[in-house]
Parts: sequence; C-alpha cells; structure tokens
Amino acid sequence: MHNPQLNAHGELTHLLSIEGLPRAVLTHILDTASSFIEVSDRDVKKVPLLRGKSVFNVFFENSTRTRTTFEIAAKRLSADVINLDVTRSSTAKGETLLDTVDNLIAMHADMFVVRHAASGAPHLIADHLRRLGRSDVHVVNAGDGRHAHPTQGLLDMYTIRHYKKDFANLVVAVVGDILHSRVARSDINALTTLGAAEVRAVGPQTLLPTAIEKMGVRVCHDLREGLRDCDVVIMLRLQNERMNGALLPSAREYFGSYGLTPAMLALAKPDAIVMHPGPMNRGVEIDSDVADGRQAVILSQVTFGIAVRMAVMSIVAGN
Amino acid sequence: MTAHAMPAIELPDADAQCRELATLIRPRLRPDTVLVGIHSGGVWVARRLRELLQLQTEIGLIDVSFYRDDYGEKGLHPRVKPTSIPFDVEGRPLILVDDVLYTGRTTRAAINELFDYGRPASIQLAVLADRGQRQLPICADFSTWRVDLAPTQELELSADANGHLQWSLAEHA
Amino acid sequence: MNTQNLQIQNARLIDPASGLDARLDVFIADGRIAAIGQPPAGFSAERCIDATGLIVCPGLVDLSTRLGSIEPELAAAVAGGVTSLACPPDTKPPLDEPGLVERLVRRSETLGLARVYPIGALTHELAGQRLAEMNSLARAGCIAFSQANQPIDTLLLLRAMQYAATFGFAVRLRPQDQFLARGGVAHDGEVATRLGLAGVPVSAETVATATALLLASETGVRLHLSRLSSAAGVALVRQARLSGMQVSCDVAIHHLHLSEVDIGYFDSNARFDPPLRAASDRDALRAAVQEGLAALCSDHTPVDADGKQLPFAEALPGATGLELLLPLTLLWAAQAKLPLLEALARITCDPAAILGIDAGSLSIGSPADVCVFDPAEPWRVTAESLRSQGKNTPWLGYEVSGRVRMTLVGGQIVFEA
Repeated sequence: MHNPQLNAHGELTHLLSIEGLPRAVLTHILDTASSFIEVSDRDVKKVPLLRGKSVFNVFFENSTRTRTTFEIAAKRLSADVINLDVTRSSTAKGETLLDTVDNLIAMHADMFVVRHAASGAPHLIADHLRRLGRSDVHVVNAGDGRHAHPTQGLLDMYTIRHYKKDFANLVVAVVGDILHSRVARSDINALTTLGAAEVRAVGPQTLLPTAIEKMGVRVCHDLREGLRDCDVVIMLRLQNERMNGALLPSAREYFGSYGLTPAMLALAKPDAIVMHPGPMNRGVEIDSDVADGRQAVILSQVTFGIAVRMAVMSIVAGN
Repeated sequence: MTAHAMPAIELPDADAQCRELATLIRPRLRPDTVLVGIHSGGVWVARRLRELLQLQTEIGLIDVSFYRDDYGEKGLHPRVKPTSIPFDVEGRPLILVDDVLYTGRTTRAAINELFDYGRPASIQLAVLADRGQRQLPICADFSTWRVDLAPTQELELSADANGHLQWSLAEHA
Repeated sequence: MNTQNLQIQNARLIDPASGLDARLDVFIADGRIAAIGQPPAGFSAERCIDATGLIVCPGLVDLSTRLGSIEPELAAAVAGGVTSLACPPDTKPPLDEPGLVERLVRRSETLGLARVYPIGALTHELAGQRLAEMNSLARAGCIAFSQANQPIDTLLLLRAMQYAATFGFAVRLRPQDQFLARGGVAHDGEVATRLGLAGVPVSAETVATATALLLASETGVRLHLSRLSSAAGVALVRQARLSGMQVSCDVAIHHLHLSEVDIGYFDSNARFDPPLRAASDRDALRAAVQEGLAALCSDHTPVDADGKQLPFAEALPGATGLELLLPLTLLWAAQAKLPLLEALARITCDPAAILGIDAGSLSIGSPADVCVFDPAEPWRVTAESLRSQGKNTPWLGYEVSGRVRMTLVGGQIVFEA
C-alpha cells in the first residue's frame, strides 16, 4: 500500500505518522534538526526558508503547549503563522472537518498543523488534498487521537540520539498508559525503525492495547522487569480521566505499582536517561526526585522539539 | 568520456592555489579579521588559509541551505550541516571563503545568513575559482583562477584523508 | 396483475432449492413458474427471452437491506437481482408502529420492484425499555422482530423472547455486548492497536451470542443471529446446532472478503458494524458459509458522502451492498472452488427458509421471481455504475464479474439491461 505521506519520489510531503517511514527519512529529519539547533542560539533566531508561506495551526483539541512549539518553529522559519482555535469556532456551527480545511485552502494555506481528537483526522485531510490535486499544501500531524504524535516521537528520538549516540544497543522502556497514548505509538514505531535493540511496553493490562506485541515490543507488566538494565525510560502521562476507577483503582495505587521513584530507577543502567512528553503528573507517574534529578532530560526534549519541528516543516514544505 | 564531451581543460593544483590565495589576502589582513568558509569546499579552503595566514581565531562554518533562493523549486538540501560562528560578528572584518564562485546566489545567501549574527565591519570574498556567469551583482575580492565552463559542467573540490585538496570536473545532463 | 406468458430459452438454469443445474427452459404464466424444461400443455409464449450464455436462478433473497430512500434502493435491489429483502427496524422512525409498517409494505407494493419484508422492532422505539406490539406489527406485515443494532438488557431480552415464542414469532439479533463494545470502532486487534482506534473485542460477539443462545433454548424461540463477524461466534452457533438447537445465522458479504487490514490508512469505507475482523476470522466465516451453517446477506447500508468523509471513528458504519451481493458471492464461489449451485443457495433458498417466505426457488407454482445474469461480464464499481444512493463501498474502483441482465418479480420484468 502506498504510504500517503510520501510523494512519487519517496520524499516526505506530509508528516502523518512515523509508521511506514523508512529509516533514511527519519535520520534525515534528525540530521536536519541538528542544524536547526544552532539557529535558536543566534541573535536573529530566524532563517528565511518559509518566508511568504502561511502555516495554519488548526487545533481541534486544545493544547497550548504543542501549539506554541509549532508556532515558534514556524516563526523561526519566517512563515506567517495563523492559529485557529477550532474547538470554539467553526465546528460549533456544524462545519465538518473538511469544510474547515476547504475554507483554509481558499485562504491560501501552505501548511496545516493539525491536532484532532480522532485518530486518522490528518490522514483524512491529506487524502482530501490528494483528491483536490493540491500537492503544494502540506499536513503535519500534531497529534491525532490515540494514533500518532510523530513530531513528539521524532524529538524523543533526537533526545535519545543526543545522549546515547546510537540506537543499535539500546534498551528502551515505555511506561504507562500505552493504550491511549499517541506518543507511545510514535515512539515505538520510531525506535523499531531506527533499530533499537529492545523496546519494552510496561504497564497493567488495562492500559496496554490488545495486540501491542505486534508492534515489535516486549510486554512487561512488572515495572521492575521493565526497567532492569534499560538505557532509556520514557514515562507517559496518565490522563486524569483514566483514574476514575474504570481502568485503574486510583492514582495512589498506580504510583505504587508504576510510579518512577529513585529506587525503581536504580534498576536501570546508571547512565539511563528519563524522558517524559509533558506535562508531568508528579506523584502519579513520576516522583519529583526523578523528574528533577540528574537523569531527567525532560527540558532538553522541549528545546530539541523546536528544532525537530523546524526540520519537519522545512522538509515537507520543500517536497 | 563520450565523444561530444567538452574539450578537456587542465585542472590546476588546488593546494598551490590556496597558497596563492593566502599571498593575495595577506597584505589586506587586519588584526581582527576572521574567515568564514561555506560548506563544504569553502570550509576546507578556509581551514588551509587559516594555517597559511597563521590566524588565531577559529574559522566560521556556514551552510546556506536555510537561506537558498531555490528552496521553492528544489526543497531543502538533503545534507544540511550546522552553521557554526564561534566569534562575535559585530564590527568584525570578515572574509567569506568559497571554492567556486559562479552565479553569486550562494554568496548572497551566505551574506544574508551572516547578518543574522550581527553587523560585521566588512565582508570580503575569497575564492579559488571564478566561473563568471554571475546572476547577481557580486564579485570576488580575491580569486586565483578565472575559468569558463559549460552549464552542464560542474567543478568540484574534494579533500582526501590528509586534507589534500583536488579539483575534478563532472558532467551532468 | 397482467403478466405475459414468458419463456426463457437457452439458459443454464440453476435452482439450488431443487438441486437443478442444467440447460433447461423456464416457462412463466400468471406470475408463477409454470414449467421447467418442457412447456405446459397449451402454453404459448408472448415473449421469448434468449438467455444464451447466461444463468437463470431464483431472484436473490437478502436478509438485511437498509432502505434509506425506498424507490432508488428498490431499483438498486432489482438491478442487483434481489427480488425479496428483509428490512431491519432501525429506520427513521423505527418500525415499532403498525402504521409505519403498513406504509412501507404498501409503498413497496405500489412500486412493484423487489418484495419488502419488514422486520419489526423488538422494543418500543428500539429503546430497549418495553416490548413492541408484536402481534399488531405482525398483522401489519412484519415477519420477525429484531433490536437491530440497539442494545437491550438481558432481562428484557428474555421477556421479548418469551413473548415472541408465545406467538411463534422469530427473533433476530445482531449479537454484540453493549458494554464490551462500548466506544469501539474497529476489531480489537493488530490494526486497531497500530492505528490507535478503540477496539470491539471478539468477546463482545461471543458473550452476546452465548447469551442469546442460552435464552433462546430456554424460551424455545426461533432465533436468527445476524451478521456474525468472528470465528468464535460461528463456532458457538455450530455447537448449538450440533446440540440440536434450531438456530440460524448469516454473514455479511463484506465480511466474507475483507478483514481489518482493509482499513489501510483509516479508510472509512471499511468501517462496519460489526467491524471487519482478523483474516483468521474471515476464513472461519467463509468455512461457515461454505458448510451451510450461515447464509449471506448484503448488509446494504446506504451512507451518504457526509457520513463517510469524516475521521474513521466519526464516520458512519456500513456500505452499499445490494448490487454487489451477486458479484461478491460469485467471487467467493470462484475463490473457494465451490459449485454455483452450492454458492447461490446462500443468497436464494437458504435466506428464504430463514425468513419463512415463499421465495428463492424456481419450483413449479412458486412466484416467478427470477434473476438472469451473465456470470463472466466484468464491470467496474463506481458511483455512476451503482443505482443505490449509497455510493460508499470498499470495492469502489474495483472490477467485479457478474452482471444482472434481467430481473423478474412475479413474472413481471422489473429490470432489464
């Protein structure tokens, strides 16, 4: 099946998901991002690549954090950024997703950065653009339902590569609510594509998708087993609505079994790094001593995230 | 080589050209002059010039991919290198170094990028080869070789493991 | 009704009900099959139909057709060779009022296209709160009762079965446990895991099937299970049949060919309820249909573009199916190397027996509901080539074989191409 993110030359024209992207494409994005890291240290933190281009941040689901990082990235590429809070405006008036997209195309959008609560919404937009013959308009997925958050996945890979250099011998534990996590899916896809030695999915059965082992991970229900001798720990945010008793008895009980404490982290390799996509629930999935500890690289993730998003936008807009 | 190839031209010794270029630059050097090499050929030449001119300051490295004017047609260059300017540009006399000067577009992009680091006192341009055929009002302050080539020909500088520089000529459709 | 005396000549006649597969002429008089092979005494044909190279079989019987707009969908039915169809009660409003049922029956009779057999609502408004007036609905024309895709609690289900059994009404259930299926939009398997779609586990089907089977055997009601989707689901029905229980079931034609993999990258045309399941489930469904445990249905559900051009989870489930029932059955028969006599039974006499209607056979004296088709003629499934207002199907753009040339209902030519 043709990957809808790639054009006829195999070049990335949308970023919808990590799944199905060749390793060379991921490496190219990471390499390009490393060039953008330096741009943010300059007096003028801007390059003129996307000058005159209009980037529409279309967020059907609220996320000030993610929207801001995309906004900064687009502005550092000299694009004009328009933020649309669709949660309040058009959908309330009965406009469909594709109605909204058609309107924005009529306003000469060059790129959509899309956040949506439904898995596959960015694919739907990309498919719509294909049917309209608008290969000059690009879609970047800023998180769709439980499906994918590819720029987060890429910035996580950038962070891992920054600290660990190579993926070949890495053991990575992804801990927490994998069932509802688009970050987990993107991380797992990226890690398996980049050749990590072992990826572990750690959590209770209620928070793991049925066929998660088919994504190439080792399932661990016991946090100790999941953390033992690993190089990287990726903690996932536990959404408040998961703690209402249907999937987990309580936040306290979850922390007791799956919370990352200094004692638990001691099971990992001494130089293991701890990552978290943010925002953290201190005392729920992660202990403050770990979150603020020397092994945490959570703020580096944020910094790298801007460069990675600059890389993604400049690559897709050029293809 | 096929029969319809361009008449062979003699490719000069690039290392000798570097020495010649240093000789041209030396009388015009100021104490705070710094070199900025354009990836990738210009960086090799700038490194060589720094040795020959015995400059203290590290050279700057610049990749103009983010400033190119052909992004709209060609997209982002597949192998972008980080730009590194390890000195304060403000008020500094700079010499921009490249291997080949041709249309002038790369030089334009490099000048624009340098201005995002500050306002230099001056920017001069030093190149090993000048192919003519300028598309912008740009000329080299220092140049060792004026050469005319067909648009299908590409003059490429390469560096071996010992840092020895060598010219080659490639033909493309 | 004024009908012509018709003779269909030179065709290959396939009548699964009688096991006949031979080159025989069909003679039609007074809207009924008058004779097969030799004309009855004194018969003179007013029209001779040359069916050289074509197959003549009973008009197809569809166990589940959602009509939407009645006229275009009944036109689509006869264009697909379907002459009798059962309409589930989840119309708008639901078929819980005798007046609604009567109107539907009268309207379809006036059109004179396919015969419509309404399935009445099992509960008032399908709300699962109180029993519908089954006797009045039966008098109005309902031939069975169903909850369609709406949930019902087990106590009310027991009561509904007891009540239906009292009067000898058949109950049809689409087995899906509402709690296990809650929020799910795709098979709870590899594809849903990968795409981050909420899953409907197989247990949603098996739990509901087991419940329905237990309550049916307790009440003695005639039970039909609609649109089974899983290997485990059909296994339960097989087991019940082996233990002597009178239970029937069907499988939607899409589930015979497609699996979760066909969702691809969120193709909302592959959104079905129940969902497309794993390839192993699809293979088990094929086996169940092949052995005659399950009949086939089109599960025809016209959905307009607005209902499909949405993110997968928000898109409406279902696909157009009336015009694809025959070609997809032929495709399955070819793939399974099954004689047409056997394969066509699943869309003619088997569903007719389940519905308890006089249809799906070419026996002498039965209504002349006939389908004449070219088994080899290829055609491309496009929005234009489909008569149904439902243009959405995973088969859009594909070429299929098997084109209906003529459809007769009660001896009347209602479709001719």
